[in-house]
Amino acid sequence: MTSNSLRLDYKIIYEIVEPGARVLDLGCGNGDLLYILARDKNAKVQGIELDDEAIYECVKKGLSVFNSDIKSGLVEYPDQSFDYVILNQSMQEVTNVDFIIREALRVGRKVIVGFPNFAHVSARFMLFFRGNAPMTKALPHLWYDTPNVRCLSIDDFKNFCAEKKLRIRKAYYLAGKKLVKFWPNLFALNAIFVLTGEGAVAPAGEADSDYRQS
Amino acid sequence: MSKEKSVGLVETKYFTFAEPPNELALEFGGKLGPVTIAYETYGALNSDKTNAILICHALSADAHAAGYYGDEKDPGWWDGMIGPGNAFDTDKHFIICSNVIGGCKGSTGPSSVNPATGKPYALDFPSITIADMVHAQRHLIDSLGIDKLMCVVGASMGGMQALQWVASYPERVRSAIPIATALKHSPQQIAFNEVVRQSVMADTAWREGNYYEYGQPEKGLALARMIGHITFMSVQSMEEKFSRRLKNVNYNFKFGADFEVEGYLRYKGDSFVKRFDANSYLYITKAIDYFDLSAGKLIPNGKKVDTRFLIISFRSDWLYPSFQSQEIVRELKMRHVDATYCELRSTYGHDAFLVEMEEQRDLVRHFLDKTFNGYEVVREYDI
Repeated sequence: MTSNSLRLDYKIIYEIVEPGARVLDLGCGNGDLLYILARDKNAKVQGIELDDEAIYECVKKGLSVFNSDIKSGLVEYPDQSFDYVILNQSMQEVTNVDFIIREALRVGRKVIVGFPNFAHVSARFMLFFRGNAPMTKALPHLWYDTPNVRCLSIDDFKNFCAEKKLRIRKAYYLAGKKLVKFWPNLFALNAIFVLTGEGAVAPAGEADSDYRQS
Repeated sequence: MSKEKSVGLVETKYFTFAEPPNELALEFGGKLGPVTIAYETYGALNSDKTNAILICHALSADAHAAGYYGDEKDPGWWDGMIGPGNAFDTDKHFIICSNVIGGCKGSTGPSSVNPATGKPYALDFPSITIADMVHAQRHLIDSLGIDKLMCVVGASMGGMQALQWVASYPERVRSAIPIATALKHSPQQIAFNEVVRQSVMADTAWREGNYYEYGQPEKGLALARMIGHITFMSVQSMEEKFSRRLKNVNYNFKFGADFEVEGYLRYKGDSFVKRFDANSYLYITKAIDYFDLSAGKLIPNGKKVDTRFLIISFRSDWLYPSFQSQEIVRELKMRHVDATYCELRSTYGHDAFLVEMEEQRDLVRHFLDKTFNGYEVVREYDI
């Protein structure tokens, strides 16, 4: 099983994914998440990653990975090739978010999106009182070397989902090693959403009521 | 690689089959028999015969992939990848490398004696394809009692054979590693091969292929090889290797080899005519041009394939550019075949598969580990 030292976002995604599921991780990094899914949940996993060194790490772990950017790696898949397409901490690094999420929902039954919250209280403080571009535990980069090209809050993403008619099946708000329930747009450093397309039927026990409104 | 990590002394073996009237039926309708295949093996076949790896060679190489013959100075052509503890680990794997049919390194080819005439086949040799080479290899694998190969691997034309193995015998291949290769030759690649063939055939010493009593069409074959070598290198690797350095202090103004790169190409051309048959070069380059597993032919619709793939390309390889490897990846994605693709950052051009060992070695080693041991290998990591 997974150890306690595992990152909270990995723990949450690990719990979401059913045993034996087919999983595509877009921007899978060194493959730690896919590795525990393959090892402990017998998931059929595939990664897509641009960084050479990260790919070597994945192959070392026995994972299958494609050396590609997210967009071209995704569009080549036939419809509904996976149960889950994961965009964890990589969505804010792509320019065409709408297109990528649409494609992810074409290729997978569900999409798991994880991203840092730019409206966290410490980010607001830094911007409002100090007049500096925000840096938090979830946004550790200086403005000139950040890989992030999209800056969004939790509420921004919910609005986006409503506008694009994406269904939020589950939502998790993270602050360090704990989950946040109260006022997540202010107190959560990261968020994880499970999305389906508009027409998707929610399986039993996964009704929209699961989605905790802030 | 040091000699300690080498497989040591090796010898070439020969397997003959398809004796008339049971000749090997060829893809384009011809027949060939008897067929001899030259091959070498390294390491030992395990008792359940599950550890066999077939290495397929490129255009002008041979069965001598690793180790040394007697007091030979240079080891086999992929010695850096094969040996105890190496990527193709002779402590664990049984490695087979065979010379293709149509070649001239011990396997039946146009320079072999035609049993019907008692003379070399020359242009009476039937037209062969990559699929024919693979079918012949299958007879060798059958004769070794191996039902399923743990891996078929090769670069360039060797990669085409690895792909063809999956297309022809998917149930007999647990994993495939096509390196710096393509599902089909582009017009540019065919064009280079055509120029290469024309330089051989333009040499009057070629004599419509009937030169065996007189000696090779040396000028044409050497020129063909010089063209080949340009396409195997990259602009960076040529800059690093030669720059504009001169062979002598001054230009000679007599169309001699002024620059080191000229000397290198002349040397490579001249040494090639001593080791390779001109007609084999024609037949094999044509086989490469005819090869086409695009448009769903690699894995036909509805066919279930369990073969795992590791696809490798090299960023500076402009002869077999990365987009051709990505086309293989696309075919596999469409068929939900388990695959890994990596573009390695080498500056050596197409030659990289022969010289850029480190990353290639690590990728292959880990990939084979997973193939052989399943997820057990994964369990060793603790996150």
